[in-house]
Amino acid sequence: EVEETLKRIQSHKGVIGTMVVNAEGIPIRTTLDNSTTVQYAGLLHQLTMKAKSTVRDIDPQNDLTFLRIRSKKHEIMVAPDKEYLLIVIQNPCE
Amino acid sequence: MEIVYVYVKKRSEFGKQCNFSDRQAELNIDITPNPELAALYMERNPVDKGVQCSASMSEHEANTERFEMENCGVNHIEGGWPKDVNPLELEQTIRFRKKVEKDENYINAITQLGLIMEHCIKQNNAIDIYQEYFDEEESVEVTEEAPSAKTINVFRDPQDIKRTATHLSWHPDGNKKLAVAYSCLKFQQAPMGMSHESYIWDLENPNRPEITLKPSSPLVTLEYNPKDSHVLLGGCYNGQIACWDIRKGSLVAELSTIEFSHRDPVYGTIWLQSKTGTECFSASTDGQVMWWDIRKMSEPMEVVVMDITRKEQLANALGAISLEFESTLPTKFMVGTEQGIVISCNRKAKTSAEKIVCTYSGHHGPIYALQRNPFYPKNFLTVGDWTARIWSEDSRESSIMWTKYHMAYLTDGAWSPVRPAVFFTTKMDGTLDIWDLVFKQCDPALSLKVCDDALFCLRVQDNGCLIACGSQLGTTTLLEVSSGLSTLQKNEKNIASSIFERETRREKILEVKHREMRLKEKGKTEGREDDQKEDELALNLDDLVSKAEEEFYEVIYSELKRKEAEAMKKTAKPVRTVVGEDLSLPPEESSWTPYYWPPPPHHSTCTLNMH
Repeated sequence: EVEETLKRIQSHKGVIGTMVVNAEGIPIRTTLDNSTTVQYAGLLHQLTMKAKSTVRDIDPQNDLTFLRIRSKKHEIMVAPDKEYLLIVIQNPCE
Repeated sequence: MEIVYVYVKKRSEFGKQCNFSDRQAELNIDITPNPELAALYMERNPVDKGVQCSASMSEHEANTERFEMENCGVNHIEGGWPKDVNPLELEQTIRFRKKVEKDENYINAITQLGLIMEHCIKQNNAIDIYQEYFDEEESVEVTEEAPSAKTINVFRDPQDIKRTATHLSWHPDGNKKLAVAYSCLKFQQAPMGMSHESYIWDLENPNRPEITLKPSSPLVTLEYNPKDSHVLLGGCYNGQIACWDIRKGSLVAELSTIEFSHRDPVYGTIWLQSKTGTECFSASTDGQVMWWDIRKMSEPMEVVVMDITRKEQLANALGAISLEFESTLPTKFMVGTEQGIVISCNRKAKTSAEKIVCTYSGHHGPIYALQRNPFYPKNFLTVGDWTARIWSEDSRESSIMWTKYHMAYLTDGAWSPVRPAVFFTTKMDGTLDIWDLVFKQCDPALSLKVCDDALFCLRVQDNGCLIACGSQLGTTTLLEVSSGLSTLQKNEKNIASSIFERETRREKILEVKHREMRLKEKGKTEGREDDQKEDELALNLDDLVSKAEEEFYEVIYSELKRKEAEAMKKTAKPVRTVVGEDLSLPPEESSWTPYYWPPPPHHSTCTLNMH
């Protein structure tokens, strides 16, 4: 089902790339090339950690469920989990 | 002299200290409560009062010390792999990945996350959440905010021996870079060891100039080529013209030969609009304006001597300090001279004498800045001595508008490229004035002290928001102007054009009147009755004075008589005699207390006849 899920996500309109990163920042599964993946993995992992700790600091009972970074060119969406991160880069239709 | 009030103090009391003494309390006023007044008021119940319970905080601003930042890249290598996996070995990484994928945790996690993610993706595809609604209702802001400007960045001359920033030029595309020319303008007072370098600064990095330009002599002016942003033109202190190509490096790409260059520092250089984009012209205080093609810098294409007597004599020529060229009027250009005269010239005139079309004089000192209004090219701004003046091409006698005389010398000025009625000027005391003709015409709309030393040059960026000013110690300050001053107000174009037209008309009327007066005077000097009139005028002055005095005393006399008559009717004898006594005194004595009019001055020709 993992395959299915990932395939489904990738087939959505505007999705440029998908990747799964583990807690240490190692990319497990990716549809982009290696260097881009490594870059995204490293940077987004740190950012997600920071965002999570920020949310937790403000309210200890709160937790980060989703992180969306909208930039000029596309949108990066990060769904964090205890051990893994699902990262999707999409080009929203505007 | 009347004595109005007399202060008397004993001599022994001067310098005596104050002796305070105790005194009983005096009750000055006692207002008892009046219960009837309470009937006028009603008690308020319930009472609404806002209460806030929050942490009290204080705000404090601190300015950190300037610290230098450097940009550098970091080389990432893959990390995070567990010890036994070598990231470079493909097999091992694949094996590791496969292992992880079999993990149950992984499967669950991905399924969960996948659901959330899909939801968001679909959301994105369905609606653009950042769409601009109500786009058409972009409010026409009547911003009541006061005009303001704030300093964004400061670029300091990295050299130890500070030089003046004499000219600034913005990069033609994107305005992200600023070229600054540094030199020492004091005649022959350039200190030993002063560097000749000029810099191009990147706005993001104020610590270090991005590119250094190394001429053989310090640059007085520097201009980017508007067509090709890699090419820069510089005018040197020794009169040469130099050209750089940034791609080639920091040494001069082309340099004009000394024999054919100017004899004095080149104060103005402008690129021309031509198909090749390689033509430019320069002006200098030696009185010549030269046209160059940068592909062939060995000699100028054309030379014009700024001699207003049209005799082409270099000895008579006026030194040129500023140049003006508007690309919409390609054959005309204007030169501002050291003598305070603006010369308007036509490049395409057939004979060299006809190159000089007309002159406008009005400044007392060198004209440091000359610029046409970008919206109304017929009007141009000149800045020199202690004023800034606006001229119209049609009125040659004088400027149509001018500012009042300031305390400090004005060094540079420029129109705002966005608003037709706004212009900026810099002064020797380090202030930048922003004038808004639509708002106020007698004073600057905003006057800012930028730095303690004199400001020498000014350049506005094309969007009208950023201004760069260069100072005597080589510090270039970047200011951002408030949006009120950099956005076109509605109707502003019409208002500005009507201001200029009105002033031009006024000047024309004055011109006509002047001309008439002059003609009249010419008629007078040819003799006739006007001579006599002048003599009569001179003689009559004394007579007029004595006549005026006589009349004055007659008025007093008649008044007195009238009062006498009244007094005699009303009062009894004793008073009458008093009145009579008073009147019998001669006027010269000061006992006659005047309370309606001042006593008469001692004048022998007029005396009042008193009975």
